Amino acid sequence: MKLSKNFVKDYVDIDVDIKTLAEDMTRVGNEYDSASKLLNATKLVIGEVKECEMHPDSDHLHVCKVDIGSEVLNIVCGAPNVRKGLKVIVALDGAVLPEKTIKRGIIRGQESNGMLCSMLELGLEHKYADEVDKTGIHELPLDAPIGEDPIAYMGMDDEVVDFELTANRGDLLSILGMAYELGAIYDKNVKEIDLSHKENSENINNSFKVEVNTDNCSIFLARKVKNIKIGDSPAYIKNRLIASGIRPINNVVDISNYVMLETGQPLHFYDADTLKGKIEVRMAKQGEKLFTLDGKERTLSEEDIVISDGERAIGLAGVMGGLDTEITDKTKNVLIESAIFDGVKIRKTSKEILRSEASSRFEKGLDPNRTYMALERAAKLLEEYADGEVVEGVAKFDKSDLQNREIEISFKNINDVLGMVISKKDVLDVFRRLKFEVYIDGKKSEFKEQEKDLEKIEKITVSVPRRRGDISIKEDLIEEVGRIYGVDNIVGKLPEMPMKAGSFDKVTRGIRNKMVDLGLNETLSYILVNDKEAKYFTKDDTELVSLLDPMTEERNTLRHSILPSLLKIYEYNKARSNKDVAIFEIGKAFYKKQEEYGETNKIAALMTGDFYLGVDNKKQVDFYILKGIVEELLDYLGYGNRYSFVIKEDKLPDEVHPGQAALISVNNDIVGLLGRVHPVLEKEPVYVFEIDLDKLLDKKVGKMKYKEISKFPSVKKDLAVVVDKNITSEEIATIIKKAGGSSLSRIEVFDVYTGKGIEENKKSIAYSLTFEKMDRTLTDEEINESIEKIVEMLNKKHGATLRK
Amino acid sequence: MEEKINEISKLKEEALSEVNAATNAKELDEVRVKYLGKKGELTSILRSMGSLAPEERPVIGGKVNEARDEIDSNIKLGEEKFAKEELARKLKEETIDITLPSTKVKRGSKHPLNRIIEEVEDLFVSMGYDVVTGPELETDEYCFERLNLPKGHPARDMQDSFYITSEYLLRTQTSAVQARTMMANEEKSPIRVICPGKTYRRDDDATHSHQFSQVEGLVIDKNISLADLKGTLEVFVRKMLGENLELRFRPSYFPFTEPSYEVDVSCFKCGGKGCNLCKQTGWIEVLGSGMVHPNVLKMNGYDPDKYTGFAFGTGLDRLAMFKYGITDIRLLYQNDVRFLNQFDRLDR
Repeated sequence: MKLSKNFVKDYVDIDVDIKTLAEDMTRVGNEYDSASKLLNATKLVIGEVKECEMHPDSDHLHVCKVDIGSEVLNIVCGAPNVRKGLKVIVALDGAVLPEKTIKRGIIRGQESNGMLCSMLELGLEHKYADEVDKTGIHELPLDAPIGEDPIAYMGMDDEVVDFELTANRGDLLSILGMAYELGAIYDKNVKEIDLSHKENSENINNSFKVEVNTDNCSIFLARKVKNIKIGDSPAYIKNRLIASGIRPINNVVDISNYVMLETGQPLHFYDADTLKGKIEVRMAKQGEKLFTLDGKERTLSEEDIVISDGERAIGLAGVMGGLDTEITDKTKNVLIESAIFDGVKIRKTSKEILRSEASSRFEKGLDPNRTYMALERAAKLLEEYADGEVVEGVAKFDKSDLQNREIEISFKNINDVLGMVISKKDVLDVFRRLKFEVYIDGKKSEFKEQEKDLEKIEKITVSVPRRRGDISIKEDLIEEVGRIYGVDNIVGKLPEMPMKAGSFDKVTRGIRNKMVDLGLNETLSYILVNDKEAKYFTKDDTELVSLLDPMTEERNTLRHSILPSLLKIYEYNKARSNKDVAIFEIGKAFYKKQEEYGETNKIAALMTGDFYLGVDNKKQVDFYILKGIVEELLDYLGYGNRYSFVIKEDKLPDEVHPGQAALISVNNDIVGLLGRVHPVLEKEPVYVFEIDLDKLLDKKVGKMKYKEISKFPSVKKDLAVVVDKNITSEEIATIIKKAGGSSLSRIEVFDVYTGKGIEENKKSIAYSLTFEKMDRTLTDEEINESIEKIVEMLNKKHGATLRK
Repeated sequence: MEEKINEISKLKEEALSEVNAATNAKELDEVRVKYLGKKGELTSILRSMGSLAPEERPVIGGKVNEARDEIDSNIKLGEEKFAKEELARKLKEETIDITLPSTKVKRGSKHPLNRIIEEVEDLFVSMGYDVVTGPELETDEYCFERLNLPKGHPARDMQDSFYITSEYLLRTQTSAVQARTMMANEEKSPIRVICPGKTYRRDDDATHSHQFSQVEGLVIDKNISLADLKGTLEVFVRKMLGENLELRFRPSYFPFTEPSYEVDVSCFKCGGKGCNLCKQTGWIEVLGSGMVHPNVLKMNGYDPDKYTGFAFGTGLDRLAMFKYGITDIRLLYQNDVRFLNQFDRLDR
């Protein structure tokens, strides 16, 4: 809402500079975007072109002698319309215009001591300028006083604040509402609006009927004004419309906009001669057609409120009028509509067709008292500025609530909620400034009470005018007290609540810490990806979740895996020559299953390039480093000995290398996957894992307990066996574990070898085995016996032989 | 006898001068062998005591031992000196160039937004708050309706949403968790929670990201007032951004609180004098807050005549940007490892 200071001064007597006004409004909750003069130009003066000759060295420039009262200036001007006798706006040497500063100078050998201006050069927006100003310099009336300030002369010495209002303050979308708000801030009265006009003796109700056949219109008023003359609006109306951001059209259209700005009530004017003696408000029929005044044919639905002439739709209520009934240059008789339509319905229709000054006011709610006020105000202005003849009476439908809202509130309640001590007198004073009536013991207060008169009073009743539709409960009144009295003096304290221990998600924090300790960087990425990537790394029976109305195709689907996001991050880094990437992310992934939507907490990681393994040990990332990270994490979370890596090709997604990937199984339940990204997707070796944290963490683990350490020395034995290449290390380890018995406490692989000395299709695996007992030192015989048993079983199960 | 005594003192003088002249431990040892060894010169005097008169023996014996002790202690002193010199030499030999590059032990880093979340969590947990979370794929009911924002409410425009269906959407605000927390509390007992998390709005420009993070706070009890809100936010803002900061409450409007306030904090860059960060106002808007709207209490099972509460919410992206001096929000989501690596530092 753009507030013209000149406009609002009609209703409240304020005298503060525009910045102060804007800041004071901000303090009571009304933020602003900008506060400045309507036209930002200095050192301007009205002049008269006394002589105007063609420039000797130019085919379009003129050399003028311009009388500015105190002297006659030589000025070179390029405008096609400059001519002798014209009254012009002269920007003097040193004048600062929005886009340039004027300096005395020589133009092609001719002295020029200023500039003749168009309105555009003074900062008037292009859409408000007329054709003369768009192509040349502004032409002032011939009686404009030489030597005076042209902006003041034109009545455009206005200042404007562009407010960004909160959604509840629909009342501030009017000059009157602003006047009340400023009146409360500066403790000023609000002046009455002039609604006086004459009426002729033909009653509208004899020839015109209003019928409302929907609950979505609470009040509909119509008045007729005859014999109007279409013409220009007076300058002050035009200037105020411009200051408010509305383009002047002609006196009649301008009046409807002007009154909307003043009262907040949108009006619609019909050419009365195009109507059939009746207006009906109803819901549109499904598929009903209407040509709106922008010339487009609209197909309506049962959700749209329409105005009809009894036969067909002639306008979309509150949103846009119809083409057939609009005001034209030939219009003689006007029907003024002043009505309130349901905000939710208007919002829906206007979202599809046009959000306008009018529709946004309906959406935020209106005061039916203003519906009457606006009707009379428009009639008055049509009489005054369009020579109209107001027809007697109002055709109306009204089931609106015009009454004030009465709210009871206790002084204690106010102080309890605000947490401060405001005297009873100060509370009353806030309501006086807001022009709310207050009843004490059922008697209307004259606001003369002193604190001692109020000693025994605990509660008051506040009568809130309908214009403040945002106030309906006592908490709203408390807010008003806080707003106008100010809450700067509140002394902050902490809530007095019983002490207790707070809690947070230790597990996620632990996982994050562990991954960071392992050397990975945490990332945070967008969950919205494109529908192609969203399918990556998923192989289950769920569907993807996509947006109804995405902003871009690149982000139209919710990720089902975090890995596509990590791949994007990898690509981003690769493009910036960051070769070593080791990243992880904990976040949500989304799915749809049998019409149900759900989300899963997951952890995913991606590793490529070199990775630091402890101290000064840099190694190119491979499958085993990744596997080590997964194992470290699972061990950390207490799943040691309960996980395995399973190869089930049909369960692996297509995006992983089929020979370098596995599923992660905990308690024989698949919780995730790890492996190399398929070379078709990423040429370089990139390794990833992802674990469904909800599924994993659902598996209970016991409390961490200390395990006794043997007091007796342990014994290490190395064992190298030769087996078929396709036998996995895990298969061998399982046998070793079984054969080694309880005294075998550790099995480590320290070498895998193929090549010279080993038959083809065979490999050698070397293990370091640790034996120990809790109660005694093992003898050599016992250990040798174990080794023999292990070798025997390996031979039996896997045909393994000892490596010579 | 006199002769013997002279001989002893002569030997002693000779020995001491040799000790003095010794330049290393080995030479000292040679002196020891020469005079004090089994075949040493002083030792041999003792050996020849048999040829002395019995009354002379103790006198000569005493003299010899005196001389031995003196020589021995001098040798020891010399040895100590040489040992010290040897150690100093060795240390010098072992001196390295400490300016050579270090051996790296690389650790990962937490994402700056999660660092902020952890810091906020720790602060509020220390005041007895519980950290709660809720779904990001939320229902219209919890995201809006239970927060006093019925369908068609104009304030919904403030938060243009990503809908999945007419009922499901990506949550636009962590406030959705407020309703969930109140509903989940079956005894309708006092509440003290914060809920950090991701939120989504149809908004993408230099200062907005369609995905961002918020933290929400909710306290419900009997007799909770705006003063409690102010005090709590003072602790929050001062711990996160700086101890000497002041707060300013500016009336505003949120459908789920009444009264509602935007909270400005005195500019932590210029101290309130006015600078480009605070656009010359001296204040920076950091939070939205207010007293829980009675409709919200009622809709979620709390009796507004008995209970009051406050709620606040703030954008963590901006907080992270302020705290770490990040000027472009996109850096937070690009995840350049050169950016991420910088966050492996304790922020004291």
